[in-house]
Amino acid sequence: MPIQVKVLTRPTADASYVRAMLSGMALTFKHLMNPHKKTEQYPEVKWALSPRWRGTHRMLTDETGKAKCVACGLCPQICPANCIKLVPGEDEDGNRYPLVYEIDEFRCIFCGYCQEVCPEEAIHVGRHYENSEYSREGFVYDLERLMAQTHPVCEMWDPADPKGE
Amino acid sequence: MMLPLAIPAMLQDQAVYHQYYDPLVPVTATPWLLFTILKMLIVFTVIMVGVAMLTLAERKISAWIQDRIGPNRTGYGGLLQPAADGLKNIMKEETYPDAAYMPLFILAPMLSFIPALITFAVIPFAAPLSTRWGLVEMSVANLPIGFLYILAIASLGVYGIVLAGWSSNNKYSLLGGLRSSAQMVSYEIAMGMAAVSVLLLAGNVSLPAIVQQQQGMGWNVFPLLIGFFIFCVASFAETNRLPFDLPEAESELIAGYHTEYSAMKFSMFFIAEYSNMVTASALMVTLFFGGWDIPGTQWDNTPPWTGLKFALTLAFFLGKLLFFLFLYMWIRWTLPRFRYDQLMSLGWRFMLPLALAYIVITGGAVLVLDMLQVPRSVQWFGISPFWAALGVLNLVLAALVFVILDRGRIISPAYSRLSPVQVARLRAMSSGRSLAASQGD
Repeated sequence: MPIQVKVLTRPTADASYVRAMLSGMALTFKHLMNPHKKTEQYPEVKWALSPRWRGTHRMLTDETGKAKCVACGLCPQICPANCIKLVPGEDEDGNRYPLVYEIDEFRCIFCGYCQEVCPEEAIHVGRHYENSEYSREGFVYDLERLMAQTHPVCEMWDPADPKGE
Repeated sequence: MMLPLAIPAMLQDQAVYHQYYDPLVPVTATPWLLFTILKMLIVFTVIMVGVAMLTLAERKISAWIQDRIGPNRTGYGGLLQPAADGLKNIMKEETYPDAAYMPLFILAPMLSFIPALITFAVIPFAAPLSTRWGLVEMSVANLPIGFLYILAIASLGVYGIVLAGWSSNNKYSLLGGLRSSAQMVSYEIAMGMAAVSVLLLAGNVSLPAIVQQQQGMGWNVFPLLIGFFIFCVASFAETNRLPFDLPEAESELIAGYHTEYSAMKFSMFFIAEYSNMVTASALMVTLFFGGWDIPGTQWDNTPPWTGLKFALTLAFFLGKLLFFLFLYMWIRWTLPRFRYDQLMSLGWRFMLPLALAYIVITGGAVLVLDMLQVPRSVQWFGISPFWAALGVLNLVLAALVFVILDRGRIISPAYSRLSPVQVARLRAMSSGRSLAASQGD
């Protein structure tokens, strides 16, 4: 919603101070008596996030509970803040998987490029914003932490069309 | 120290006083001392707690006016917020700027805090109370020169602000202090002059006498409407409240005279501001709204002075007081700040001449009405003819004043003193320049 601007014409000559003051006071009194206040009682009532909100990351898993990530290296490549650390590994069958996958949430600028670029729809930015920790180290999310997140993900990615086809 | 000695003395006195018990004779000697100490403690406590609650009220009212809720987490509906704020300010570190002149820097908050509190001493806040030791006046000190005392003490408040501004050794603080001294000196004159009309009507400077006169004749706000208007505006200026908060002026002077203060010293300036508000409201109530008088009845001004009468008159006094405190806050969150030249021109070019002329008019009117032997006491329909005649005169004057004020000659945009032709030329010039700028290169 754009901000509404009320354009006022400035008085060229004598301005009425008394009348302006009285009408101003009537206006503030009206607002004083207005029972519909705009404040949201935050911890109890939460703001409805936009479907496109980009917040704390989440790594999705497949049916077996393993991370969907194939360690292709596209997300650390595209990340403008250089906050993703990926060390790829390979199992006996030749399937690549991340040995180390860490996201530094302090460095992250929540642009969502990692989600855009991911070919396996593995890494996601989430609709979540309450991340407080007792130490700075707590903000480097490792793979387990990313997989354990349960919040809904950003709908830049359409769940009905996961491959974007 | 005096208390432990006084109690046995009082117990001995009790028998004597009980014999000559007269509910209409003011208390004397030891009971007087004890009652005075008691009243001091109660009034001090009530003002300090009241000031704390006023800070909450200010935040709540500002929030409601801006369609917010305001503090509501600490205690029920935020009632403990002042306690939390107070605790925070006591625990906070006091900072002392290196360049500040330390003795005055420390003295200044006290100098603004103390006059703000002691002004309330002479305000009669309820009907007197009969006790077994005699009649107890309900003001801390029943000074016969009550009003003069208030004028004297209220003008001391400016020292705290000016010294705070100067001793901080900070250019913004100094500007705040200078503005404050100029503002308070200019508006104090109008304030004193406006109150002279009340004194003319009461024929006395003692505040209980002024209350008594209004009980007999009706509230002064109607027969002295213009006086009330001047007094009200001047007391807003005296307490440095918006629209006259130039000494603080957050947006221009980063809090002005108390920029360099922190923790409890800052709190003291804050308490001083709010207790000044309380005192100014109490003065307006006492001088113009009948003090503790209950309107429409003579029951409250006549003996016997029972406890019920005391409680009811106190409630009425507090009700009127709260109305004015609300008015202060309502105006604060409505009006923007005056520009400095507007403030000065309002003070010197409008309020002062108006107050001077008003003394002459009121004096003349009182003289003429007394010569015509118009009765001051209540005659028909509970209205005093003297009161009504002065009131009608004031309504006419008020209409004239507000028409003149409303023409905006006094407070107007900076360019309004130009003729329309000049304004048109300036506008053409500036629009031509912006046109040239947009077409240029």
